[in-house]
Amino acid sequence: MTAASGGSDGSGVSRAEFCAIACAEVFRGDGEVMASAFGTAPAIGARLARLTFAPDLVLTDGDAALVDGAPALGARPSELVLESHMPYRRVFDVVWSGRRNLIMMASQIDRTGNQNISAIGDWSRPKAQLIGVRGAPGNTVSHSTSYWVPNHTTRSFVERVDVVSGVGYERAAAAGPSATRYHEIRRVVSNLGVFDFETPDRVMRLRSVHPGVTVDEIVEATGFDLVLPPDVPGTRLPAPEELELIRTVLDPRALRDREVR
Amino acid sequence: MADKRMSLDDLVGELRSGMTIGLGGWGSRRKPMAAVRAILRSDLTDLTVVSYGGPEVGLLCAAGKVARAVFSFVTLDSIPTDPHFRVARQTGAIESTEIDEGMFYLGLLAASQRVPFLPTRAGLGSDVLRVNPSLRTVTSPYDDGEELVAVPALRLDAAVIHVNRADARGSGQILGPDPFFDELFLGAAERRFVTAERIVDTDRLTSEGPIQTMCISRLLTDGVVETPRGAHFTACVPDYPRDEEFQMAYVAAAGDPDRWVAFRGRYLDVDEAGYRAATEAFASEGAGSAAPGTPSREVVK
Repeated sequence: MTAASGGSDGSGVSRAEFCAIACAEVFRGDGEVMASAFGTAPAIGARLARLTFAPDLVLTDGDAALVDGAPALGARPSELVLESHMPYRRVFDVVWSGRRNLIMMASQIDRTGNQNISAIGDWSRPKAQLIGVRGAPGNTVSHSTSYWVPNHTTRSFVERVDVVSGVGYERAAAAGPSATRYHEIRRVVSNLGVFDFETPDRVMRLRSVHPGVTVDEIVEATGFDLVLPPDVPGTRLPAPEELELIRTVLDPRALRDREVR
Repeated sequence: MADKRMSLDDLVGELRSGMTIGLGGWGSRRKPMAAVRAILRSDLTDLTVVSYGGPEVGLLCAAGKVARAVFSFVTLDSIPTDPHFRVARQTGAIESTEIDEGMFYLGLLAASQRVPFLPTRAGLGSDVLRVNPSLRTVTSPYDDGEELVAVPALRLDAAVIHVNRADARGSGQILGPDPFFDELFLGAAERRFVTAERIVDTDRLTSEGPIQTMCISRLLTDGVVETPRGAHFTACVPDYPRDEEFQMAYVAAAGDPDRWVAFRGRYLDVDEAGYRAATEAFASEGAGSAAPGTPSREVVK
């Protein structure tokens, strides 16, 4: 085990590797659904799930195709085995059919699971224009959606997001049965821990803490009151085979260490 | 048999200030950039630009051509946002209609099919409904009684798309992996224009690629313009990938008023032949040149 891949918790597993494992867990139990994953830890996680406990997952090449197997991050197009054509217009057929499980990124996320990737500040004249709502409104009311936040601070975990792009539990409920029917915000994975909404009033709960992080650090970095269970488990350790897959097969260039330190 | 070939000037001559114009492609991919550059050189103004937005939206904003942008995102793909579009939004220089990507698709589809709206779940519960107060929901007339968003037809006065090959009568061929929504942009528009890397004889099209690539029928086109490297600096695979170095130069120049003046003078205040010559010169200068618009990774961050 090299120093570079060693974590601060003594396990020899890096923080980025815990994040990848936590992202892989988002896909546990999924059958034949299209896994879409934005960001490095989610990309590793989806591939790892495909190679281990979710073998029927369908992965994309990030362009217009579905791929067989689980190619390494940054694989050249000639290395990919394509299994189906998936241009954007067809992606919407998949989204609206519900046969998809997605990890998106969030510039802001709030207590009830709303996500913002549109703009910071007042929408009509924002302080900072971001990429735009993209497909987040439709994704979140159509199939399971989770979020990846590589930089957990009080600026990213906020009481209320500025522009609701991805729809959280409270807003879906207020919009009615057509919005809640297929709505699920499964997890939020950050560089500090894992969160879910498995509480009676569907507000964010701390699910696990990445080894090397304390609950107090997470509370400090969060801009709202998290639900804290009496005993917070650590994010699970990757099995030796999983670690081997991450390090030698899926991310041999260690891109994960550039996203999370 | 109508010959629909025309020049970029003819194309721009068909457009009017105040029009709602759809532009094909997606992000920084297969954008009708030659046509956009011709619009930049024209006196057209007060446009509503409808796009799965890439750098063309930023360029049109920077030139003061845009009254309103209709978008789900504006991105350069390898660089998350467009600097000119950010400034236009943050200074309140333009009006905005921001909708979900799927709503955008259904709006074009509704216009293509000549129906007033199409229903969807997309948008429910999100701020898309808050920032677009004119959007309405519709209740299913059947027993389910579902309440869905009624996406209004996104009717366009004109649309321009860029393809790999076309023939003189306006059949278009997209050789890359994704035709995006280009067919629907044309279907939603009154005046429909295709620019192409090359115009070839009709009987050449099947030897360029399989029948599935011949996805733009002449039923959908009024004019066709041959524009070699007409999507540059966006990607137009398999003819050429995105010019990442040039795109970085664009972003770097956009962040600095003096460099933007130099960039504009060199690449935009010239005709299309001048643009091609200037971008070829840029490519041969390589990294580290002191020429205007040289990529600066600091600015990109």
